Amino acid sequence: MSALSPLRLKLLRDLRRLWAQALAIALVMGAGVATLVLGVGAYASLDQTRAAYYTDSRFADVFADVTRAPRTLASRIAAIDGVLAVETRIARLALTRIEGMEEPGNAMLISAPGEGAGALNQLYLRSGRLPDPQSPREAVISEGFAKAHGFEPGARFTVLMNGQSRDLLVTGVALSPEYIYALGPGDAMPDERRFGIIWMSQKALASAFDLEGAFSSVSVKLAPGASQAAVIAEIDRLLAPYGGTGAYGRKDQLSHAFLDAELQQLRGMSQVLPPIFLVVAAFLVNMTLSRLVALEREQIGLLKAIGYGPWAIAGHYVEFVLAIAVIGIAIGFGAGTWLGMELAQLYARFFHFPYLIFSRDPSVYAIAALITLGAAVAGAANAVRSVAWLPPAVAMQPPAPLRYRRFMGGLFEAAHLVGQSGVMVARHLLRWPLRTASSILGAALAVAVLVGSQWSEGSMDRMIDVVFFRTARQDATLTFAQEQRMPALYDSARLPGVLAAEPFRMVGVRISNGPISRRVALQGLPEGVTELSRVLGTDEAPMTMPEDGVILSEALAQILGVRTGDLVDITLLDGDQRSFATPVSGISLGYLGLGAYAGLPALDRMTGRPGRISGVNLALDPAQEAAFYAAVRATPMTGFLALNRLSVEKFRTTLAENVTIMTTVYTVLGAIIAIGVVYNFARIVLSEQGRELASLRVLGFTRGEVARILYAEIAVVVLIAQPLGWLIGWGFANAVLAAFSSELYRVPLIVTPWVYAKSSLVALAAAIGSAALIRGRINRLDMIEVLKTRE
Amino acid sequence: MLQTDPVFRVRDLSKTYRTGAVEVQALRGVNFQARAGEFVVILGPSGSGKSTFLNIIGGLDSATSGDVWFMDHDLTRAGDAALTRYRRDHVGFVFQFYNLVPSLTARENVRLVTEIARRPMKPEEALAMVGLSDRMDHFPAELSGGEQQRVAIARAIAKNPEVLLCDEPTGALDSHTGIKVLEALTNVNAVIGATTLVITHNAAIQDIAHRVVRFANGTIMSEEVNATRKAPAEVSW
Repeated sequence: MSALSPLRLKLLRDLRRLWAQALAIALVMGAGVATLVLGVGAYASLDQTRAAYYTDSRFADVFADVTRAPRTLASRIAAIDGVLAVETRIARLALTRIEGMEEPGNAMLISAPGEGAGALNQLYLRSGRLPDPQSPREAVISEGFAKAHGFEPGARFTVLMNGQSRDLLVTGVALSPEYIYALGPGDAMPDERRFGIIWMSQKALASAFDLEGAFSSVSVKLAPGASQAAVIAEIDRLLAPYGGTGAYGRKDQLSHAFLDAELQQLRGMSQVLPPIFLVVAAFLVNMTLSRLVALEREQIGLLKAIGYGPWAIAGHYVEFVLAIAVIGIAIGFGAGTWLGMELAQLYARFFHFPYLIFSRDPSVYAIAALITLGAAVAGAANAVRSVAWLPPAVAMQPPAPLRYRRFMGGLFEAAHLVGQSGVMVARHLLRWPLRTASSILGAALAVAVLVGSQWSEGSMDRMIDVVFFRTARQDATLTFAQEQRMPALYDSARLPGVLAAEPFRMVGVRISNGPISRRVALQGLPEGVTELSRVLGTDEAPMTMPEDGVILSEALAQILGVRTGDLVDITLLDGDQRSFATPVSGISLGYLGLGAYAGLPALDRMTGRPGRISGVNLALDPAQEAAFYAAVRATPMTGFLALNRLSVEKFRTTLAENVTIMTTVYTVLGAIIAIGVVYNFARIVLSEQGRELASLRVLGFTRGEVARILYAEIAVVVLIAQPLGWLIGWGFANAVLAAFSSELYRVPLIVTPWVYAKSSLVALAAAIGSAALIRGRINRLDMIEVLKTRE
Repeated sequence: MLQTDPVFRVRDLSKTYRTGAVEVQALRGVNFQARAGEFVVILGPSGSGKSTFLNIIGGLDSATSGDVWFMDHDLTRAGDAALTRYRRDHVGFVFQFYNLVPSLTARENVRLVTEIARRPMKPEEALAMVGLSDRMDHFPAELSGGEQQRVAIARAIAKNPEVLLCDEPTGALDSHTGIKVLEALTNVNAVIGATTLVITHNAAIQDIAHRVVRFANGTIMSEEVNATRKAPAEVSW
């Protein structure tokens, strides 16, 4: 130890003396740093993983579906300017029959891509092998589906393809870049139990679906710099005669689009919350350290008296706060990196990436460290500056006696509402309005980060309520393999267990206003008010389907920039691909995806193919579910079946896994900040008033009475901070939500009273805990010391 | 002076401070008595144990051995709550550095004590007794050192204490101001009859006492009774 200079020794001993406060400050810093590191780290890891996986697996750029096109067309598509590679295949939906699963599941059957390096959308085999090109029964299945059912190579299950039942043998388990986010038809969240991807040989599928020498799906890889729009237009022209439904880019590819939306949410949370946390932590650290250093005034005077220069003294205190900051940053780096990896792994499992690239961007670490160090040093410098340059004799003296004032001309005191100790508290708080305000702001920010972190709680419940209980009120949605004529509705209504049936029709359209356009499914519903699948207005009242025109969801109307009464242009994606203009007859509430609705008769006129329906929404008798499922499997017209109850369950559990874990992490970090702030505030108030309080003990005030004076001051600050914290927290939540929202998810901001209450409870518990922690110090106030020394 | 029962009875009082391996014996077997209304000046050099003695009989510190009785209260065996009660009900303190609450006016500083006392006088009355009737609504920062010390005395006597303990009450004051403070103390001692113990290392003050006690090396070296007391105005330093 002899190698250390006396100032360094003082530094180490000061740290040891103030270890609890130093640790609390370091934890606040650590929480700020950790949020940035984890949020940005998790997002960057997933983003880079996705990019790498897309490249490795040669994920296509343009996709198109078609009813039946000759394979010879492939060479003409390949010849389009800008096309690098083409892969044609067969892709069709089917139902599954799996032991132990009562309801029918859905599967996407795809002809397996080649194994050559040039193949597109390559599979990543987790186990087993690709199906034998000659075998009609061998299949590779998607990993999520395999895990959900415990399938390994060698397992068998049944699919109903094109009305025929076929037993399949699993030869391998694989991942595909097309199904990173494996959303089943009609579902709002991926549900691997009910939806799987099955790759079989081209030959097997061609014979099952009468597609020999033909394909139903094409993927295209573009040359660098090629115009996607031009290629899409040319593909559409080539596929139109064969029932093409419009080519689309990655932006409209289901898995990519949802993955994008999820990553945007993650980025939203990592771009909004962490900077708020970091700034809040920095502010608190600055405030706390400057008050801590201000308490060292006499020691600074002493150091000056012995001959230390102002710079040496300033350096000493800067070193002191740097030591705390370094501890905080180390905690933040450690916790942030660890949490970021855990979070990225969680998402990676949900998303089905074959591997995960951890991103540790040094710039994120550097930014977090610099902001924290800056805030700490600024806090110390601010306090040291006012003392280190005073003449030693002056510095050793206490600051000039404080001049207090009465307020409101002494009216408050005259009212005798509170005892003299109450007057002490009030005058002390009002004597330094700025400092009191910053204490209140500090406590308010602690509450605010908690409110901001829990933004999802009420919002998600509200979203689920509107989407699953007030809009989609059907128990099941049966989508036909192909459009059917109206009598199919009555056939469906006669299925066992069906209590009510309402038809719907889905037509793929491109809807545009000037240069802005979106691909959406235009949904036709019966005219008048529907009972099962309803469309709600922005006032949440059910809307009636208009005789003419379309209803657009708020999000779509906003993107297109249209209001009720404006005209939009609609182009059908299949059939004769006609275009027409139609008025917007209403705006609907919609939180999931982009919605467009029309009355069935209006849709008949728009398409020129009247009397068709795509499927039916059903109300079911729970007692007859088994009979219903059996009948659905036996009906050849069945394309796929979506079950609302299972959807909402999956939606909830998935949210619980992703958003809730994320917000829990932030909430815990927010709680650390809250506790750190309030504890430091309590300690500083005690240091500042210890002398006064000890004097009161001498005068005969009990420990309890003295503690109450201190607690009153803490309570006033913490209580005033609550409503302010709620307000700021609401703003934080709003900012997070704005970043969270995408075209696929629009989340309403609902901060429930319970969220405010929980946040305040954490802050109040922190205050009470801090009060309890400093109670021992109040009890040990040195009465004799205070009599011997000058103030 | 009336011969009444002793207010304080101190027998074989010892106090040892331990800090790590170091032991300091601050008091070694002190025996002392004080009667009601007596004005005692305690003299002694720094480190002689006089402040430790005052702290123990004032209920601010505990003894290592021996007995201290205040009337029928056994202070050596009292816990923190009992000592707090004792200070609150019976003892007025005056210190070298006044120890006023800066955020309260003179009147409010006194009221701070009268609010918790059993049989207080009016704050105005206490302030009048020390000659500060016209400065009652001033904050400590607006008062001179002597005035602040007189506020401290008013605060100490406002509870009508049985004892008034003063540790170097004039230590921070010049002679002229110090005399005013001493006048306030003798006046209060005469009017409310509180037993008054004044610690000082200023030998000039001893002439105003009924009795003078000299401390050295943690024990009482000598005691003498002043046959005639001087008025504070007659002393100087």
